Amino acid sequence: MQNTKEKVTASDVVIEKDKTAKGEKYNKYVKDMTPTHNIFKNILNAFLVGGIICTIGQGLINLYASWGAGEELSASYGTLSLVFLSVVLTGLNIYPKIAKFGGAGSLVPITGFANSVAAPAVEFKKEGQVFGIGCKIFTIAGPVILYGIFSSWVLGLIYYILLQLGVV
Amino acid sequence: MEDKKSNKMAGKQSILFANPPVIIAGSSVVGKKEGEGPLASFFDQIEEDPMFGGTSWEDAESRLMKRAAELSIEKSGFRQEDIRYLVGGDLLGQLIATSFGIADLEIPIFGVYGACSTMGESMALGAILVDGGYADKVLAVTSSHFAGAEKQFRFPLAYGNQRPLATTWTVTGSGAVVIGSGDMGEETAGKNNKNGVVKIKGVTVGKIVDYGVKDSLNMGACMAPAAYTTISQNLKDLNVLPDYYDRIITGDLGYVGKDILIDLLKQDGYDISSNHMDCGIEIFDRNTQDTHSGGSGCGCSAVTFTGYIMQKLTRKEWKRVLFVPTGALHSTVSFNEGNPVPGIAHGIMVEAC
Repeated sequence: MQNTKEKVTASDVVIEKDKTAKGEKYNKYVKDMTPTHNIFKNILNAFLVGGIICTIGQGLINLYASWGAGEELSASYGTLSLVFLSVVLTGLNIYPKIAKFGGAGSLVPITGFANSVAAPAVEFKKEGQVFGIGCKIFTIAGPVILYGIFSSWVLGLIYYILLQLGVV
Repeated sequence: MEDKKSNKMAGKQSILFANPPVIIAGSSVVGKKEGEGPLASFFDQIEEDPMFGGTSWEDAESRLMKRAAELSIEKSGFRQEDIRYLVGGDLLGQLIATSFGIADLEIPIFGVYGACSTMGESMALGAILVDGGYADKVLAVTSSHFAGAEKQFRFPLAYGNQRPLATTWTVTGSGAVVIGSGDMGEETAGKNNKNGVVKIKGVTVGKIVDYGVKDSLNMGACMAPAAYTTISQNLKDLNVLPDYYDRIITGDLGYVGKDILIDLLKQDGYDISSNHMDCGIEIFDRNTQDTHSGGSGCGCSAVTFTGYIMQKLTRKEWKRVLFVPTGALHSTVSFNEGNPVPGIAHGIMVEAC
């Protein structure tokens, strides 16, 4: 790990004969040569956008609650509304602009998930209802759905075992 | 027999043509964003409609390529039945744009894939066909489309994400050239041709070079070693120094790749910092167009060549150019299977007539 501190130069890369070592050196060298986004600015933007999305969500929940929906029902309506808004903004090509600015702030809330499902649906519509939308709608969200369900199954199993043992 | 062969071979990887073929005409058709860039005034056509009148991105790129191919034939003063062979390729699937775009032209075709270096490969093969006497007129063509490339290699367009600063922006554009035999130069230049002609003196065919970079969003770094090996080999094969060329012009290394290339070539004792240019850097203004490291895609080097570089040569502002389109041999399958992204670069020596 000490090597990461040392700066690798182009000359180190060129004279290295071993292919694996050359690759490692070149990758280190490339890392030094490649500019990156300002992480503090990005984090700030992410908190701002994520915060705004969540505030809108809370506002909606309060609104539905004031209209007489129960606690659980207004939370569900709130989620549904955010998904709807995100899909509409995706269709209008506004959501990518929000995501470009907000990064993880727009990716982590449910709106990001909705965007990742709506975007392939728009893109692959040309390839047909079955092989286009049908097969490819979850190309981005698929892993989240699969492993989300899988991990909830595992947790459920653990909970069941603990329940049987009388721990919980 | 032996003599005749060795006449054209130069050094290890290069060819110097016995009777250098000429580019009779070149065409460049680009999209809206390219038409807002610094090179806008050099392009033949700027199309505002990203679909090019088609129904899908693939259809759009096919139409784009067809338009560029037809335009170059028109500019050459010949008819499409005069063109003996076509050499071309693109990035989509199994050459979707090439297959569907130019089918109507009914020209016998060699389909090639060299990722974003395709213009170099097409021109090299075209020139070899002509100098070898296998054809008198060859059309070399390639294209790329931002949306089609994003869909195939990255994410659907409407998916929100942040592009790292090392990424490049795929150029929507198609460039085509009509290559004719050397003795046609004078004759055709006077005929219907307003552009004058450019001579293809030779080529240096590139090797696949893999320095183990796995970051497909930093293609400049993936391709720079390939450009370095091809340029270095060209200079060795011809036994010349970089100042032999007025410009050494790479395809789409972008800002990141350019710095690496200059740095790597210095290790071989070649300083190209004063005469190096990169099509990807020239085609967009990164400060106003939000393209980060530059432009990329087959169309990037193709339209910069047919638009900008050819004009500089025919106006004799430059006498001799080494044009080095660069390609990242990346597929989503090889990437997901953990492979690095190898690079390729072909060098084309072009001269003012």
